[in-house]
Amino acid sequence: MSVDSVFVHKMWNDNEISKMVKGGVPFHMLSDGGGKVGAAFGVYDPDAGVENRGRFLIDPDGVIQGFEVLTPPVGRNVNETIRQIQAFQLVREKKGSEATPSGWRPGKMTLKPGPDLVGKVWEVWKPEMASE
Amino acid sequence: MADAPKAGCARPTGGLVGVPKDDQKKDQQSKSSEQEVKRMIQVGKPAPDFSAPAYYKGEFTSVKLSDFLGKWVVLCFYPGDFTFV
Repeated sequence: MSVDSVFVHKMWNDNEISKMVKGGVPFHMLSDGGGKVGAAFGVYDPDAGVENRGRFLIDPDGVIQGFEVLTPPVGRNVNETIRQIQAFQLVREKKGSEATPSGWRPGKMTLKPGPDLVGKVWEVWKPEMASE
Repeated sequence: MADAPKAGCARPTGGLVGVPKDDQKKDQQSKSSEQEVKRMIQVGKPAPDFSAPAYYKGEFTSVKLSDFLGKWVVLCFYPGDFTFV
């Protein structure tokens, strides 16, 4: 979503993005002329008249589970976004009985919060595991 | 999905669902509403619903966030088309 019109979205997709991604953008390119939606999400910069690089993860109930906002010159990390979605999906599936420690990826161990784990995380989880 | 807009000369616009258009304008302009806006985007709280015109696979259409209930949604904002990164 940006403040560009759908006409500009079409030109960008058809003339540039489709040369980088086969078939072009596979999802909806939304137009927010005036920044009304961006303002509600706290990413619209009225001085510049554009929206910052905001990324919101919204769960199947419509609840925001996470967001990240960057100023324009720095691009996002799509792999990190996917990792977070996988973690939130696991937590949702387990109904909160498991939590994903720092650096978790699918297949890595989760933690099961409860009285037995209080003060014992150091026994089962090491800081190095965050970047393995 | 919301109705597809006609591709005419009038620029289609979207906006928040359930908020009168005048109030949306006020929201952007008055500083006193900043706190209210911040409250709207807490994690663990519902995302504000909106509808917006869209370009999707060669067609002009329209999208409402609440049409995607039941699915995970990644909503990305960016400064503008052709902005390099």
